[in-house]
Amino acid sequence: MFIHYLLIRLLTALAVVFGVAVLVFVLIHLVPGDPVDVMLGESVQPADKEALRHALGLDQPLYQQLLNYVGRLFQLDFGHSIYSKRPILDIILERLPATIELGSAALVVAMVIAFPLGVLAALYRNTLIDVGAMGFALLGVSIPNFWMGPILIMVGALWVGWFPVSGREGWLSLILPAMTLGTAMAAIVSRMVRSTLLEVINEDFMRTARAKGLSEVWVILRHGLRNALLPVITLLGLQLGTLLGGAVITETIFSWPGIGQLTVEAIQRRDYPMVQATIFIISLSYIIVNVMTDILYAWLDPRIRIQESS
Amino acid sequence: MIRCWGPLSLLVLWCLIALLGPLFPLTPNQIDLPNILTGIGSQAWLGYDDLGRPMFDRLVIGARTSFIVAISVVTVSFIMGSLLGTCSAYIGGVVDLVLVRMIDIFLAFPGILLAIALAGMMGPGIENVVIALALVGWVGYARLARAQVLSVKEQEHVVAAIAIGTKPLGIISRHLLPLIMAPLIVEASFGIAGTVIAEAGLSFLGLGVQPPAASWGSMIRDGTRYMLVAPHMVVVPGLALMAVVLAINIFGDWLRDWLDVKAGTRHTSRS
Repeated sequence: MFIHYLLIRLLTALAVVFGVAVLVFVLIHLVPGDPVDVMLGESVQPADKEALRHALGLDQPLYQQLLNYVGRLFQLDFGHSIYSKRPILDIILERLPATIELGSAALVVAMVIAFPLGVLAALYRNTLIDVGAMGFALLGVSIPNFWMGPILIMVGALWVGWFPVSGREGWLSLILPAMTLGTAMAAIVSRMVRSTLLEVINEDFMRTARAKGLSEVWVILRHGLRNALLPVITLLGLQLGTLLGGAVITETIFSWPGIGQLTVEAIQRRDYPMVQATIFIISLSYIIVNVMTDILYAWLDPRIRIQESS
Repeated sequence: MIRCWGPLSLLVLWCLIALLGPLFPLTPNQIDLPNILTGIGSQAWLGYDDLGRPMFDRLVIGARTSFIVAISVVTVSFIMGSLLGTCSAYIGGVVDLVLVRMIDIFLAFPGILLAIALAGMMGPGIENVVIALALVGWVGYARLARAQVLSVKEQEHVVAAIAIGTKPLGIISRHLLPLIMAPLIVEASFGIAGTVIAEAGLSFLGLGVQPPAASWGSMIRDGTRYMLVAPHMVVVPGLALMAVVLAINIFGDWLRDWLDVKAGTRHTSRS
């Protein structure tokens, strides 16, 4: 049963990956303007333009370009960067660890803030603590990371001087970007933790636990939180997309040498193959995480895999 | 009630400033060299920026930028998305299958990332920001409208309307759309908050409005270079941005409770 579910899920994911590859290609080629003109500027010999066009394969018909592109994708060949002339895959592999490090740290920040906040709000529902915690959560989703980042730099690096302003040297430099990236997620997850806890709070098994004489805190931590975990896991998977999108801006603010900064650099340099590749890689990681979330979810909750494969 | 009137009054103020701002004698681009980087004080309400331009005047123009972009993007994506979703769910079959797959593919991108790439490729400018954000934004409405129509199209009044020979267009416009509006309007109110942030984010990256025009995002970016000497350049536009987004979010929460839309519809129907 589980294998069946796994196979179906992986096949649909593969179809989506293919769709994403095509969509990235189509969107980038639909955009008005000749990439060659943009790259070389206006005062260039027509012969040079033709040479570059040929070198990039842009003189072939569009469908042929698409076929070539998809064909090369399956061999993990993204071509060469126009700017640095190096193979794109090498550059991406160099940059990937920094983004994974930042993303994981942000995830940890989000969890560390979200769970205590959500549990507190549910424990003391409709009190000042609840209002305060949820007010903080609302504030968290309303502060964009391109403002949060500079403010954190201003306070933590320029005024107090505890953290470096930017760059990736040592674990201290990780803290400000991780906080920037993790806060919004913490806000969303804490609301989810609170609402799922409130949903189960009057269930029979909770009443039984209370009747056994367990304290309310213990009931919520042992019995409530376990049931709140499933929706939170799904939410985390979905939020990863926002996290990855946010990483683009956060990495730019902090000069964090990851995929996000690479994307913005590529856009500014009009490095089309690089833009295509970075967007594809980020979407691919998003899809992979979502598939993993679904599989984890199905593994945790047998009802889902039975329902979906029948 | 304060959840409604508090944020609503702030939002009305935002609209008024955006719409009526140009009627006042503002000088957002006038360079005043002696006042470069002057902080908040008696000379100007909110100080001056790195070129000696008055922050207050630029803030007003920035409000206008964010308002115009937010309203156009949400209007376009709302209409496009809800019509596509409704028609697709009503027609069903292959049409529906194609739309569902398209939604899946669009949702496989972090939305802001696709918008960043599109805006970057199309080149900077306010129109391109609107196009990029609308191209990404319609998906949410389409998914929501589709799910809603699927749940109401089997209801008796729709079946009855089909039975007496009402044309599909009439059924969609008179029997389906009014029923599914509430959640879509709630989604749109949060959509405005998201678009305000997205526009400012694109402008922060230098992909939005171009200088000398002002956007809250580009103002924050200009300010990041002078944080030690002129923190007001980052703080002021950020506070304005946060106030508007916070107001929309509180108002949206209130609207959702008031229209009695069940929470969680945003996270359903993934493949």
